[in-house]
Amino acid sequence: MSLLELTGVTAGYGAFTALWDVALRVERGEAIAVVGPNGAGKTTLLRVISGVLPMRTGTLTFDGAPLGGRPAHEVVAHGIAHVPEGRRLFPNLTVADNLKMGAYLARARAHYHETLERVYGLFPVLAERRTQRAGSLSGGEQQMLALGRALMSRPRLILLDEPSMGLAPVMVLRLFDLIRRIREEGYTILVVEQNVRQVLKLVDRAYLLEVGRIKMEGRAAELAEQDFVRKAYVGL
Amino acid sequence: MIDPIFLAEAAVNGILLGGILALLALGLNLIFGVIDIVWIAYVDLVMLCMYLVYFLVQVYGWPVWAGGLAAAALGVLLGLGVHLLIISPILGSAPINQLLATGGLLFFLQSFATFLWTTDHRSVRISLPSYEIAGIFLPLTRVIPFGISILVLIALYVFLTRTFVGTAIRAVAQDREAMALMGADPRRIYLVTSAVGGLMAGLAGTLLIFQYSVHPFFGGQFGPLTFMICVLGGLGNMVGAFVASFIMSEIISIAGVVWSTEMGYVIAFVVFIVMIFARPGGILARRG
Amino acid sequence: MARLLGAAIVLLLAVTPLLPMAGMKQYVLHVMIQILIWAFIGGAWSLMGRFGLVSLGHGAFLGVGAYAPVLLWNFFGLTPWLGAVVAVLLTAVLAAVVAYPCSRLAVVGHYFGLVTLAVGEVVRLLIVAERSWTGGSLGVSIKPAGGDSLLAIQFADKRVFYYAALALWLAGLWVWVRVDRSMARSAMEAIGEDETAAASIGIRVTRFKIGITVLSAALTAVGGVAYAQYIAYVNPDTLAGIGVSLRIVFAVVLGGMYALAGPTVGTALTIALSEYLRIAFGLKLIGMAETIYGFLLIVFIIFLPAGIYGSLRDLLRRRRPTAVVA
Repeated sequence: MSLLELTGVTAGYGAFTALWDVALRVERGEAIAVVGPNGAGKTTLLRVISGVLPMRTGTLTFDGAPLGGRPAHEVVAHGIAHVPEGRRLFPNLTVADNLKMGAYLARARAHYHETLERVYGLFPVLAERRTQRAGSLSGGEQQMLALGRALMSRPRLILLDEPSMGLAPVMVLRLFDLIRRIREEGYTILVVEQNVRQVLKLVDRAYLLEVGRIKMEGRAAELAEQDFVRKAYVGL
Repeated sequence: MIDPIFLAEAAVNGILLGGILALLALGLNLIFGVIDIVWIAYVDLVMLCMYLVYFLVQVYGWPVWAGGLAAAALGVLLGLGVHLLIISPILGSAPINQLLATGGLLFFLQSFATFLWTTDHRSVRISLPSYEIAGIFLPLTRVIPFGISILVLIALYVFLTRTFVGTAIRAVAQDREAMALMGADPRRIYLVTSAVGGLMAGLAGTLLIFQYSVHPFFGGQFGPLTFMICVLGGLGNMVGAFVASFIMSEIISIAGVVWSTEMGYVIAFVVFIVMIFARPGGILARRG
Repeated sequence: MARLLGAAIVLLLAVTPLLPMAGMKQYVLHVMIQILIWAFIGGAWSLMGRFGLVSLGHGAFLGVGAYAPVLLWNFFGLTPWLGAVVAVLLTAVLAAVVAYPCSRLAVVGHYFGLVTLAVGEVVRLLIVAERSWTGGSLGVSIKPAGGDSLLAIQFADKRVFYYAALALWLAGLWVWVRVDRSMARSAMEAIGEDETAAASIGIRVTRFKIGITVLSAALTAVGGVAYAQYIAYVNPDTLAGIGVSLRIVFAVVLGGMYALAGPTVGTALTIALSEYLRIAFGLKLIGMAETIYGFLLIVFIIFLPAGIYGSLRDLLRRRRPTAVVA
């Protein structure tokens, strides 16, 4: 049984439909990418999975449990952590407080100190800056904090929305290294990215989303050979 | 020429009053910062708690601390009640409807209080000594409430910064959706916030009844003042509200001694309008 | 269709004083005059309210509008006609003063509401504080001119006031329609939707906001003059402060803020309700009438967010299916 499975998902905003009949699955321990151009619906897809946006039709099962239509705070409780587009850190809270909020769930709170040590181990920079206001961190540090915050909830699946956005190329490489490390720790990852080349080096399988529909899917190595990667979808 | 001693005394009284105003302003600000709705009827909730203390302590002879606890409890219940019955149904409505809902509550509470207890002023007579320091009279009926208000403010600070729920409340005020992604049910957070806001109202009421008499239109006296303090400090800005409370209370106190009590309020409000002109975002707003 | 209905209503209103009413006429005219004047004031408020500028302090403009001519007449014998001009100028300045800083920040409903609330209270407090010449909380009566006088706007016959109020009310509707059809309306709606975008295409945001605020304030002041002259008595609690400000807003919102007839419908209903409760309770159970009034206001706001007029219109629209644009 797949860890995450979507079938026939349609969703949108008001009169506008952003996703049409989307189907995808994520197996335990996998790293999956969803790539596509701007406006394809990638962010919408993640918001549907994490419960922020309700879906109009379709099913969503996580570890066998149907999660379609449940509100965000319940979805998280099932074990899906969503690192939103633009990080959405709490700017006026310290690094430590942001991480603390990541562990808000009761089951996460029970292991709070242990998880915090792990996160500080993965991201020593965060430990150094633990009393600093999150809003004053650099772009790369903020992304790390966002990742760390997601880890604090002890998730089984991590959703990453455009993690490389706004980062300098050097930081992007470092970031993907970190994601690789997190993957090695055993987390299942679904990452949405515009930076196709980089992300395909990181994941097992990928889906191509265009104008709200899945146009292509396959193993990362196969997709990397496709024309579209060589053409215009180069991430910054 | 005013005797400098009177001015000094007024300044001190301003500080003593400021502490309690801060309770009101922070309670209101907390709710606004998190839920994004201003409870126009907030000080009328304080009024109800003041009546409770009056009846328990003055009429039924309860000890002051018991009356205070009862008022605090009533405050919490009122906070929860207002949120569940009035605020929840209109969370998605236009701001004007939200303002009017709590405005209607204001009418309702003031009239109901008039119906129940008439417009007579009631106060609690409690005789405590006054101390004199450097020629300034410090009645304990003012000093003790001030002390308690500072303790409450410290407790609030600790709650907001050191506890999970308190930090969550601050987080929701900054980004509601992100906090939902952390597993926090926004409705639960709203309830806790409303309860805390109500608690502050109850405590403020307890501290106020020993200095001011209560009547159904008490909200008309302190309500607008509280709103002004909140706007002056920057809506939703807790530190700003704290500072603004003392600024306003000082102006009222000193101007009240130089001219008259009412003029004191007028001048404070005029200063408010001038400040808003100069710094629309509140005195602590960052430029730009 | 609506035009015909409107014309019929105006005609009916015009002949009301001539209808037989079994001795109740004075009372009915009294209530009608109040409805017309307050509907006019409500309409003035709605010029701002419909664009998101929710003022909770129109009592300030009302108070200045009411007190200025009365005091000028009582102390200096200045005819209220000129007094009204003074009132309008004063409120215009006050409105500009209030609108200017508010317009520099985005129009956030609660912020603007609180600032205007403060202004309303300042005016009320000033009136109370300066009791030596304003009469304080006890209010002030207009000095009688001794008999009917156009110059002093004092008449013994209610019918004169009735027709004057009717004319005022119609004038208010005319202004409303003019604003509705004007460039200002599109501009204000654009501002309401997205202020930055509006500014970027050249809409002088500040100018429009201040403009509409001043207009609304000035009209409110005129309403205040009218009311004061009719009642021949002014009092800070009935004409300034948060109480009256909230009542105006309630009447408009309950009636329907975006419709021409909204303020009138809302005012008529709230005054009728208020009168009914007042009579039903009489002198028994003081405060209970107001309590029920407040309770009903809350219930209405929660369950009829589009107002009575707005909800009726939605209901009627649903009966006649029109092409729905997805």
